[in-house]
Amino acid sequence: MMLRRRLALSAPFAALLLAGCGVNTIPTAEENAKAKWADVQNQYQRRADLIPNLVATVKGYATHEQSTLTAVVDARAKATQVTVSADDISDPDKMKKFQDAQNQLSGALGRLLAVNEAYPQLQADQNFLALQSQLEGTENRIAVARSDYNSAVQAYNTRIRTFPDSITAKVVYGAKPITPFTATAPNAEAAPTVKF
Amino acid sequence: MSSLSVMPARPLVMPAKAGISGGTRGTRPRETPAFAGVTRGAGVTRLLAGLLLALLALIAAPAQALTFPAYTGLVVDQANILPADRKAALEQKLEAFQQKTHRQLAVATVSSLEGDEIADYGYQLGRAWGVGLNDANNGAILLVAPHERKVRIEVGYGLEGVLTDAYSSVIVNAKILPAFKAGDMPGGIDAGTDAIIAQLSLPDDQAKARQDAAVVAWDKQHKSSGQGVPGALIFWLIVIAWVVIAGFIRRARYGQRYGGSNWPIWLWAIDGALNSRSGGGWSGGGSSDSGGGGGWGGGGFTGGGGGSFGGGGASGSW
Repeated sequence: MMLRRRLALSAPFAALLLAGCGVNTIPTAEENAKAKWADVQNQYQRRADLIPNLVATVKGYATHEQSTLTAVVDARAKATQVTVSADDISDPDKMKKFQDAQNQLSGALGRLLAVNEAYPQLQADQNFLALQSQLEGTENRIAVARSDYNSAVQAYNTRIRTFPDSITAKVVYGAKPITPFTATAPNAEAAPTVKF
Repeated sequence: MSSLSVMPARPLVMPAKAGISGGTRGTRPRETPAFAGVTRGAGVTRLLAGLLLALLALIAAPAQALTFPAYTGLVVDQANILPADRKAALEQKLEAFQQKTHRQLAVATVSSLEGDEIADYGYQLGRAWGVGLNDANNGAILLVAPHERKVRIEVGYGLEGVLTDAYSSVIVNAKILPAFKAGDMPGGIDAGTDAIIAQLSLPDDQAKARQDAAVVAWDKQHKSSGQGVPGALIFWLIVIAWVVIAGFIRRARYGQRYGGSNWPIWLWAIDGALNSRSGGGWSGGGSSDSGGGGGWGGGGFTGGGGGSFGGGGASGSW
């Protein structure tokens, strides 16, 4: 009888102790990072969705650039195949594959936009200009989403590696650090330059 | 408190780039005097207070590498390119726009982008100011950096569907840049603002429903004198009450058998007080939604409502 009452009385204090150890905050930080990852993928998907229209528009004018166009189409096909679900963001290999594929597409797109400058008629096409500004906006959004994701990851990784949350992270959740974005390929950070 | 409570979750999470260079820079000067005043004997509580203050400062001021002008009105002319009368007229136009559509459009001219890209500067400025409402994210900024000769329309998450990148680019290239190229800065800003207002005045049902909810939330938050009771506080009050009651019951059982005391009445009173503060209660019925203190759609400058930005919009240079 006494013992049970004592247990009951100590429950709130146990709750207090646990709350201080990240039982709540670790999953919150993790979910936040996952949500930010979903944003990143959305923005990359958005870019991939813009490309077919862009290629179709460019094809009409830039007839001599078949190889550049093919490179973009191929890179897009590859990039859309590599997706990383929110559960896999702590897997560095998968993240690297994803980044490599997207970086390759960035490079191909950059070359395509550079080549386009040689076609004044294309530069005057309203449809092309609209696509170009959408692409530029998407690159901006990708940069923002990546940077938001990285700070969410940083917050989570710091949390699970510092005391006292590190104990809870290990014992209760077996938490692994999440992989942030890194600029691996040369010029991966640079958005395709768009000139008006 | 009010500025803290409307702070959206996003700006607290600053981009990695800002975190590296500016992590604790903003709070350091404040820390030093707090510690310098501590003498050896008297100081433990003072030291604790100082630590607490430093901690609060860390939480309150999100780390920022960039410094932004203060959000003092819907037109912030840091670069000083707008004559006073044009600025007043523009402000009036923007306030009327917010009153009518509940969306917030701010015009900012900055004296320096501090070496940053205008797109990067723009979305961080939007988040720092919280242009638009939290959740609805229905803010936009016309950002002009005359020294860098750059202009950008920065569009909040919630307006990206109405004010698309492509259309923003059209506004920049067709309305703003021609005037800027001719050296007419106020004219370009006016023309750009008019075009953005025209586009954002179009109805958009889906965005509107979410926005209306956010307006109600904002008005409620900024009208009630009490800040509302945080959930954590209620939780701990309940825990404490539980402990007290348990102790009381024990005493009642083993001590005076059916003695009774006025404790439960006190707890009930506290509970009642909490309920009435968090809205509802006896006098309840949230009948007056707007009116009184003006509110988000009441005209005049409201400050930011915690809107967030994700890089939508378009830039141009001249």
